[in-house]
Amino acid sequence: MIDTIFSNLALIIGTTLMYSTPLIYTSLGGVLSENSGVINIGLEGMMVIGAFAGAAIGYFVGDPWIAFIGAGIAGGLFGLLHAFASVTFGANQVVSGIAVNFLGIGIALFLSRMFFEGATMTKSIPLDNKMPRPLNGIFPKGSFFSIIFDNQYATVYLALLMVLIVWFFMYKTKYGLRLRSVGEHPTAADTLGINVMRIRYFAVIISGVFAGFGGAAMSLAIVSNFRPTLISGHGFIALAAMIFGKWKPQGALLACLLFGGAQGLAVFLGQFDFEIPTQLISMLPYIITIVVLIGFVGKSSAPSADGIPYEKEHKN
Amino acid sequence: MLKRIITIFVLVLFVMSVVSCGQTQKKSGIKVAMVTDVGGINDQSFNQSAWEGLKKAEADFGITASYLESTQDADYAPNMETLLDAGNAVIWGIGFKMGDTIKEKALANPEQKYAIIDYAYGPDTPANVIGVVFKEQEPSFLVGYIAGKMTKTNKVGFVGGMKFPLIERFEYGFKAGVKLANPDAEIFAQYADSFTDAAKGKAIANQMYENDADIVYHASGGVGDGVIEAAKEHNKYAIGVDRDQNSLAPDHVITSAMKRVGNAIYNVTALLVKDEFPGGTTVVYGLKEGGVGIAPTSDKLVPADILEEVKELKAKVISGEIVVPITPDDFAKWMK
Repeated sequence: MIDTIFSNLALIIGTTLMYSTPLIYTSLGGVLSENSGVINIGLEGMMVIGAFAGAAIGYFVGDPWIAFIGAGIAGGLFGLLHAFASVTFGANQVVSGIAVNFLGIGIALFLSRMFFEGATMTKSIPLDNKMPRPLNGIFPKGSFFSIIFDNQYATVYLALLMVLIVWFFMYKTKYGLRLRSVGEHPTAADTLGINVMRIRYFAVIISGVFAGFGGAAMSLAIVSNFRPTLISGHGFIALAAMIFGKWKPQGALLACLLFGGAQGLAVFLGQFDFEIPTQLISMLPYIITIVVLIGFVGKSSAPSADGIPYEKEHKN
Repeated sequence: MLKRIITIFVLVLFVMSVVSCGQTQKKSGIKVAMVTDVGGINDQSFNQSAWEGLKKAEADFGITASYLESTQDADYAPNMETLLDAGNAVIWGIGFKMGDTIKEKALANPEQKYAIIDYAYGPDTPANVIGVVFKEQEPSFLVGYIAGKMTKTNKVGFVGGMKFPLIERFEYGFKAGVKLANPDAEIFAQYADSFTDAAKGKAIANQMYENDADIVYHASGGVGDGVIEAAKEHNKYAIGVDRDQNSLAPDHVITSAMKRVGNAIYNVTALLVKDEFPGGTTVVYGLKEGGVGIAPTSDKLVPADILEEVKELKAKVISGEIVVPITPDDFAKWMK
């Protein structure tokens, strides 16, 4: 009896980690972009292109880390595009983000057809060429920890590390301070000699890189191939997690874990034959997330200059 | 002056485009065309299978086959319109998503014949339309039998996409097969309430494998990628659906319950050529008609003697000796 409880608990924790990983990367991207004052609705499209690039490079090159970095670069290129439209030209950031979303899926499909004999699905990567599973086989088989960690990929631990790095960058370095000041009050930052454009460019590109990592965490770890429906809404959930996490990396992490945990709970409950329809159980993650966040998070407000294009005033 | 030159230029362009459009018809005879759903022509699934069937019909019956791809749901109607103007004998819609579009077009153009895969209009079928549906329970029954025979732990699993009658046909067909092969087997069944959430599929399959199931069958589209991935990680078995999914995990996907959309299209085209197009009806393809079956790669991992038994079972289903259950009530009756 105790054994069953523990193994079920381990399964829920395992699902939590697996489920939240792609979301954590992507929401970190959102945190960086929005703290610099650029709304990034395009996370979804950047995830899609990252997922495709990861799966395709992983298939052809056979090295998961090269594939993972390639996915980051692909996402970063889309970030560059978003930055170009919304920072250089001061375009409406939401519109530009939506365009990135359309472009992401369109280009991913186009490239997939080009490289995979016209197929919209990439070919599957063998288990050995996927991300490594650092803790596989370390714990005795069937034990609590083996159920949690046996099949967690390196991407999971890397995501947690990234949260720490982004937190340190944002709150403990001068560049982080500059990034935040640009998002709060770009004019003031500008008068103090901070290059607003450059910082925003950097933030949006890095945000694309993170979203690309998020996509690759899906296509190189959770599954081993890309298909057009692989990323369906993850970018938006990550965006919501960032907002619920009050635009902070640690907050985004907690929101992603909460969502993943609720999903784990839904999977656990779904195995029993309840009289309630499974659809209601499947809604649990969304309901739990909303209730917890309304009840416990309190007011969350965006960086003051979030979404406002910055134009340097012409001085005579 | 400049204006005139531009006008002439545009006119020339226009004429050229019209001429080039007209060049596509070289063969004489009947024209049949299909509209793909958003998966596109090379989706390694329905659309691809449909197109292969149509190409085979082209080779065998001398018809002219063509297709138009849809990149979004909004493309269905304009694609249908284009094919209507091109003078096709039959226009196929591949996939249930085109159900409403086809019906609307069919009522507006009563002279044009239409056909649709995976959609049944029942008694409301317009006289110029046929709906083609499949007996998904029959191949599910066969793979269930294989699972029941091959399980070593006496526990198998089923992961469904969403709980509605179509997917339940897979579930109960599978369960019946398992129970026939192995009355003591325990069957876990769970729905993901999604056809896209691969991570959820993986979580569900992980749970089944941790609970000692050693074979999991999925009928859940993209969710199944996660199920098959979990099989790889746990070094257990999975069963694919719709097409031969062995290529996704050659050592772990033991068989697949296939829908042979191409065969159905080929058969309907054969009827069309004989001028026996069954307009106004719903055509059901099962094992008997070759519209469904198990994957040809099954012999890689499934022992030959089990496949031999499956062959006998298949014969019994075809002869009508076995009627595979499709609803919970049928299944309960069947168990007695």
